[in-house]
Amino acid sequence: MATVELTFSALPAHVRTARLVATAIARRTGVEESLLDEVRLAVGEACSRAVEAHRAHCPGEPIRIELRDDSGRFEVTVSDQAPSDEQQHEQTYELGMLADPFMSSFGIAVIVGLADDVEVFPSPKGMRIRMSWPAAHNGHPPI
Amino acid sequence: MDLKLDHRTEDRLTIVEVEGEIDVYTAPRLRELLIDLVNKGNFHLLVNMEKVDFLDSTGLGVLVGGLKRVRAHDGSLELVCTQERILKIFRITGLTKVFGIYASVDEAKEAHGKDK
Repeated sequence: MATVELTFSALPAHVRTARLVATAIARRTGVEESLLDEVRLAVGEACSRAVEAHRAHCPGEPIRIELRDDSGRFEVTVSDQAPSDEQQHEQTYELGMLADPFMSSFGIAVIVGLADDVEVFPSPKGMRIRMSWPAAHNGHPPI
Repeated sequence: MDLKLDHRTEDRLTIVEVEGEIDVYTAPRLRELLIDLVNKGNFHLLVNMEKVDFLDSTGLGVLVGGLKRVRAHDGSLELVCTQERILKIFRITGLTKVFGIYASVDEAKEAHGKDK
């Protein structure tokens, strides 16, 4: 099992970096090219949600991402430290329900629609979103 | 890629050209542009997303916010998009039922003309 960990400050500009890192590691792990867009979007959504939560509750604390190559799965876990008891919401919305800016649960609905396997663990100490996709058992060989 | 924005007005339709990535970092710029256009009396907007590489829920939120603003003036906000990777997020969220989505600027202009 290979693991890459990344921590970053709760700044919107860093979300793109997190997306790029996750996509690069997914490719290296052997995730199919056709799934890489989904990885990029789902990781971006999870990180965006975490950044917004930290900016509201604990802007000085870092956000953590763990990326694992585990038994033929590429697994990403995004952990924040902002208190949360959010639950998953319906995946379709009426225009009148939508706030501007968007409610953070909308991002989770997108993740659920994108990732092959998703678990959301809200808690008073922060939210953890774990998602995974199928990958080649050996991944690509390291250069 | 960063976000590039441009706009022009043809007849009563304001076409917003968007290029690059719309995410939590760049979406505020698109939000500001849409608000500015509405504040200046542009109530029929067509957002061309053919050169958008990436769109997340923050970007969707900005588009929905723009739609709510123009509808308050009996206006419209429609999209040009044929990229499957972008259309997928509209489908996942059910927003294909909320936005008019066209395959080209010309097709949208033609439809808009018929609605006048």
